[in-house]
Amino acid sequence: MKQKSPAAYQAMVRAASPASPLAKDCLLAFLTGGAVCALGQALVNVYMLFGKPLADARTCVSVTLIFLSALLTACGVYDRIAKYAGAGTLVPITGFANSMVSPAMEFRSEGYVTGLGAKLFTVSGPVLVFGISASVIFGVLLFFWNLLTGGAA
Amino acid sequence: MKRVGQYTLRFERCPAILGHAAVGGKKESEGPLAPDFDQLFSDSYLNQESWEKAESRLQTESASLAIRKAGLRNTDIHMIFAGDLLNQCISSTFGLRNLNIPYLGQYGACSTMAQTLAMAAMAVESGAATYAAAVTSSHFCTAERQFRTPLEYGAQRAPTAQWTATASGAAVLGIGTGVRVCHVTVGRIKDLGVTDMANMGAAMAPAAAQTLLDFFADTSTAPEDYDAIYTGDLGTVGTELLHALMRENGVPLSRHKDCGLLLYDRDRQDVHAGGSGCGCSACVLCGHILNAMERGEEKNILFMATGALMSTTSSQQGESIPGIAHLVHLSV
Repeated sequence: MKQKSPAAYQAMVRAASPASPLAKDCLLAFLTGGAVCALGQALVNVYMLFGKPLADARTCVSVTLIFLSALLTACGVYDRIAKYAGAGTLVPITGFANSMVSPAMEFRSEGYVTGLGAKLFTVSGPVLVFGISASVIFGVLLFFWNLLTGGAA
Repeated sequence: MKRVGQYTLRFERCPAILGHAAVGGKKESEGPLAPDFDQLFSDSYLNQESWEKAESRLQTESASLAIRKAGLRNTDIHMIFAGDLLNQCISSTFGLRNLNIPYLGQYGACSTMAQTLAMAAMAVESGAATYAAAVTSSHFCTAERQFRTPLEYGAQRAPTAQWTATASGAAVLGIGTGVRVCHVTVGRIKDLGVTDMANMGAAMAPAAAQTLLDFFADTSTAPEDYDAIYTGDLGTVGTELLHALMRENGVPLSRHKDCGLLLYDRDRQDVHAGGSGCGCSACVLCGHILNAMERGEEKNILFMATGALMSTTSSQQGESIPGIAHLVHLSV
């Protein structure tokens, strides 16, 4: 076989590999992500109609969306929606719920401790680690900024 | 058995495939090759508690069926060569542990069917075994959880990704009549720097081209000398690349079919670039191809299964994906 450099082969691979349909993916993500947000707003209004203050209503909405997402994951429906929705269902709180429930179901077969417990954060772990780290760093910076400028801590 | 050229073995006694069996899951039962399977399961758990046990059962069923179809008993088989995709090849060890047959575990990723078939043929040819068996399997659910994300996780698959077949294939070899193994070319590992785990076809195509070129050079034959050339699991992307590489080397490929493109209907079954997994080329060979040869539709074929030899660890560490391809020349 004639010598072929990895770079030359990479060019062949790029030409032969179909790209993801980016425009379609973006449009579907926009529509489904928007739909999830609209549902959230509708739920806020419903909870407020039942006399919840705005802050409580928003908490209730998060709980409801997480519940719905977990339920759809457990029924095996969520991944079928996400296949089309992509970032539309991944980015909202629904995506986080799915990333917790799916490993919980998956690794149940290795036991509650070494399976479910150990693997629960296998998908969402990095989000938590870097999300929490970023918020701590931001908090410390804000603390010193306020010390320097004399603003409220 | 005699070595011809640098890489190819020519058999003199030419072990025959005395019995063969293909079993598959639900998606395979909905595909175009469904009539060629010996057994199809509509439940991906196969009545087991875990997917790993389900995959083991696939191997138990296919191996037992192949032995029965060869008219033999377990005690007649002197060696069984088996492998799969799971860590430590547990589908094979657990699936075959009750068969009481001397066992040699193999790992060749998706090239395992060609590898085990070649090993079994060498064992029979050399007289090390009167009867030897080759078996392999894969299961979509076990592969997904080991190599990718949990099944119910809402992720999108790349257009170049392939679908791991839930299937198993087994063949029993011995001296006799039927489809015979005439040549074997053991492939060399070939790595041209592909790192994308969602594009296995591209990672394996160079190894496929290399083994084919080695075989044609060693035997002084050309693609036109065969009724069909079957590759295992290159999918659409890998197939296109294989043809391009063969053209570049002055041996344009004709009469080529890819097991990954035969097993499913890509327009209807949402498998993106095609099928993959050890079970894919195994069930296509042990069902569709051998059935066609026994009916006399094809008399002289090349079967070359391709494998991507990475692990999740090597890929996470940024290593590229080494490819491998083993070729078996079958003739009636």
